[in-house]
Amino acid sequence: MKRSWLYQAALIAAAGLVLWYFASNTAQNLEARRIATGFAFLWREAGFEIGETTFIAYGAADTYLRALAVGLVNTFRVAALGVVLATVLGTLLGLARLSPNFLLARLAAGYVEAVRNVPLLVQLFFWYTIITEVLPGAEEALNPLPGVFLSNRGIFFPLPGDWPELSGFNFTGGGTLTPEFAALLVGLVTYTAGFIAEIVRAGILSVPRGQLEAARSMGLVRRDQLRHVVLPQALRLIVPPMTSQYLNLTKNSSLAVAIGYPDLVSIANTTMNQTGQAIEGIAIIMAVYLSISLSISALMNWYNKRVAMRGLAA
Amino acid sequence: MKPLLAVAAALSLLAAGQAGAQSTLEAVTKKGFVQCGVNVGLAGFSQPDSQGVWKGIDVDLCRAVAAAVFGDATKVRYTPLTAQQRFTALQSGEVDVLSRNTTWTITRDTSLGLNFVGVNYYDGQGFMVRKAGVAAGGAKDAKKEAKKAAKGARTITSAKQLNGATICVQPGTTTELNLADYFRAHKMTFKPVVIEKLEEVVNAYFSGRCDAYTTDISGLVSVRASRAPKPDEHLILPEVISKEPLGPAVRHGDDRWFDVVKWSLFAMIEAEELGLSSKNIDQQAGTANPGIQRFIGATGDIGKMLGVDNKWAVHIVKQVGNYGESFDANLKPLGFDRGINKLWTQGGLMYAPPIR
Repeated sequence: MKRSWLYQAALIAAAGLVLWYFASNTAQNLEARRIATGFAFLWREAGFEIGETTFIAYGAADTYLRALAVGLVNTFRVAALGVVLATVLGTLLGLARLSPNFLLARLAAGYVEAVRNVPLLVQLFFWYTIITEVLPGAEEALNPLPGVFLSNRGIFFPLPGDWPELSGFNFTGGGTLTPEFAALLVGLVTYTAGFIAEIVRAGILSVPRGQLEAARSMGLVRRDQLRHVVLPQALRLIVPPMTSQYLNLTKNSSLAVAIGYPDLVSIANTTMNQTGQAIEGIAIIMAVYLSISLSISALMNWYNKRVAMRGLAA
Repeated sequence: MKPLLAVAAALSLLAAGQAGAQSTLEAVTKKGFVQCGVNVGLAGFSQPDSQGVWKGIDVDLCRAVAAAVFGDATKVRYTPLTAQQRFTALQSGEVDVLSRNTTWTITRDTSLGLNFVGVNYYDGQGFMVRKAGVAAGGAKDAKKEAKKAAKGARTITSAKQLNGATICVQPGTTTELNLADYFRAHKMTFKPVVIEKLEEVVNAYFSGRCDAYTTDISGLVSVRASRAPKPDEHLILPEVISKEPLGPAVRHGDDRWFDVVKWSLFAMIEAEELGLSSKNIDQQAGTANPGIQRFIGATGDIGKMLGVDNKWAVHIVKQVGNYGESFDANLKPLGFDRGINKLWTQGGLMYAPPIR
């Protein structure tokens, strides 16, 4: 017993030594090359503009910290909307694939196979190209509904008492989805929905056939069979893999860099390049994604426990 | 016993770490080639041609360094880098020289751990816009054009008219900062569309996602000549909003390597001033001009002082050419004018310290 404790202590000491070696070696080399270190840069003026900001007001005179906060909010915005929409679309697709309607089931299967097997980056470029190349410029914007304009500057829609209007180079007023945001959101949702559909399908198929037959024999219509009998049981199997899809979607949102959506990674990259402090920048990105992912995991674990208990009780 | 082994391994690593860094010149000589960081593809500066051979004035600097060190300009390996990757690549030692149309600024010189060796192209930032009457993107039917003209489509002839415009720009550049500065100074607003890859950002501009594209004027000229579907539809605005001295950089703290790269650049400029070119350098052996004698290594031992072959400058001029030859071969065909990049003797800024 004592001996094993000794080994444990030695292992920890060795790990500590390796970490210390890497840290001191890095510090020494940074010092030798006179590369700036530390997080003081966060309070310096950023000096660059950001294309879209939500909730936080930002201008070039603000600090790097504020710029990174804008990036973080942009990441949250696309991830939160993406998770909700992907869940809805994925569930519908999963149900469609099990539908007794042959055409619907085959279409859903085709969709799932297509989106799951094309790299997400390619899909993002596809959506971005569709918006910027196929849609007309602001002056010839499509106007399918009153107050709604589709152009390669984005999608503009009216808000209560605030209609978009063409002034100067672009539309002002109303709500806007920029091409970058729209392409990223559509790409993430359609891609992740493909995986969610399969998870939902697997969950439903795992419910013993007898349950469905019993529900049917009680005279429940298909909708109620699913809602009251099948889905509550299927959720027990669905929730854990769903968690990892939510994590994937959030992490995949960092591909935003490729199509110019100013998410956290994009802003952090610019910051690293302007300040030259790559180690600090990467540390920030890692810390933020780790916190987001662990929070999602914690939330989903809590939810999983809830449905698992209910499942057992039923 | 495994934990003890790990400790031993860690200790041996530690010992290795303290052995001291090798100089870049030694490392380059040992591995037999110069690893040069270049642009992923900017015509005239660095871009592979149809045979996959890298061409451009930035590439020529890499070749000049290889000629000085090895007497063979082909001993270069290229690492194409985006604006964002370039400094990390140099800092981490992935490349020996960064020769990638990079602006020399005090921040980069001090806090990024770089040393700029000089300037191989004096540049400034500008804007490119679509000329009036040219529709963005695909829709180009005559009726719509006429309608637009009747509505009085904007004619942009000055950067001061860009208030409210959407502007395409690459991240991690001085361009991005100058752009924000310029609009702040003129109390105007703009929306940036920031995309890292040159190809993607340029496509975004050509497709009409942006009203203007901004970068160094050399970049605008190059992109317009080499990537625009119809070059004459695009106008480079007259305003030059910044100074952009572009030059090669090396890691801070390696003075010998710094000297080799610096004087490789100066040798190209000095050769032009001395009237030496790839065509006549071989006929200089019997020259009476003491400046040329020193340059070609017939007298003195300048090469030895640098730690390279005494005929280093001959190798550079013979295999790569002088600065003017490099400019004419790479930039002139794209429509570049020598402008301020003429020699100082002709009223330009190109000036090499004496090679003596």
